[in-house]
Amino acid sequence: MEIPYTVTARPDTGLYSAKIGIWLFLASEVMLFGGLFSSYVFLRMGATPGLWPHGLLNVPVGTMNTAILILSSVTVVMAWASLKMRKFNMYRLYMAITILCGIIFLAVKLGYEYPDKFHHFGAYIKPEAVEKYERYLGNEHMAKKGLAPRYEITGHLEGETEDHFLVLLDPINANPTDPANDRPHFIPRGRPGEAQWQTFEAAEKAGKKEEAEKLEHELIEKNLLAEVKKEDVRWASAFEPKHSSFFAVYFTITGLHGLHVLGGILIFLYFLFPGAALYKKNPEHLANRIEVAGLFWHFVDLVWIFAFPIFYLL
Amino acid sequence: MSELTTHTAEVAEHAHDDAAHVAAHIKTYLAVGGILLVGTVITVLLSYVDFGSQGRNIIIAMIVATIKVGFVAAIFMHLNSEKSTIYRVIVMTIFFCIVLFALTGLAIFDPIHLK
Repeated sequence: MEIPYTVTARPDTGLYSAKIGIWLFLASEVMLFGGLFSSYVFLRMGATPGLWPHGLLNVPVGTMNTAILILSSVTVVMAWASLKMRKFNMYRLYMAITILCGIIFLAVKLGYEYPDKFHHFGAYIKPEAVEKYERYLGNEHMAKKGLAPRYEITGHLEGETEDHFLVLLDPINANPTDPANDRPHFIPRGRPGEAQWQTFEAAEKAGKKEEAEKLEHELIEKNLLAEVKKEDVRWASAFEPKHSSFFAVYFTITGLHGLHVLGGILIFLYFLFPGAALYKKNPEHLANRIEVAGLFWHFVDLVWIFAFPIFYLL
Repeated sequence: MSELTTHTAEVAEHAHDDAAHVAAHIKTYLAVGGILLVGTVITVLLSYVDFGSQGRNIIIAMIVATIKVGFVAAIFMHLNSEKSTIYRVIVMTIFFCIVLFALTGLAIFDPIHLK
């Protein structure tokens, strides 16, 4: 039996049936992502001042990914329009670009952004011990400017002993009174002590004990490397979901969004290769299928338009 | 049989109309793509401006995002000219979504211990 109303409109709704189907699905998707976004709002409104992280995500990379997703939204609508105008080769070209954009988006997320977070370390200092770490936190400076106090020391975890963490500091903790770090937005990933740390490691490897000790001492002296005592730490972890409510909700929403991107890529791959055979039989039917898949893809883009400023910029 | 033939002819004619209609919209699609890219740049730039409080920055960013989403929904998702069935689904969705977000107010308004 043939499925009715795949091309012609059903008289009562005035639409081909798949379109109603996709919109009902998108309605449920709005509630799914809405639930997650509202939990973000809830967590953020309830956060202690100074404890909601800022500037931990890479803004240029996030902006690039946003542009890529927007471009793919344009190409998918062009793919549909090409089918409507019966330009099959153009359809294939636009579809291929769309898939490529989706793959780049995911590759950047999974290959660069996520791993970068997993290699980043943060230690929240106990409120009673905060003063001991003033040279890394700069809270006197923050109070003078009327800003929320800092509690976290971040950077790259270079070593760990029974009683302390050895952290190669991020710019914000290496230079906490720099006005550029007052309103953390995007803190460049490079750590000011990186080169010196490498010299130290090389010296240590070569067995030059005295030189290594001198270099390490220098790093600590220059505020590039910090010894954080474990007894002063409230909690510490890599930038993974357990680090904070921020990263928990970031990984949940962007992870689910990433799964949607993956789903879209698979659907488009089907329509680019085996599914495209429908064109010979019924081009209008294929155009409708692409319209429906496109509606899903635009929704995925739409979620990202909200997610990008919320996590990266604000 | 003849009925079916007429029907097929109608569909074909309809498709032809559609093609002309779609061709006229290509420029709009490209323009909206451009607007969205510019909107992204604006969002990023605005976040470097201090509007007085974090709350204000968030509201401004959300207004820009909503405008962008409006373009995607209206033009790319064809909501500027859709059938009423779809609008009804969307109105219900928006209503329940607003209720959902209103619940987050409980983070600051405590209805039990309010005096």
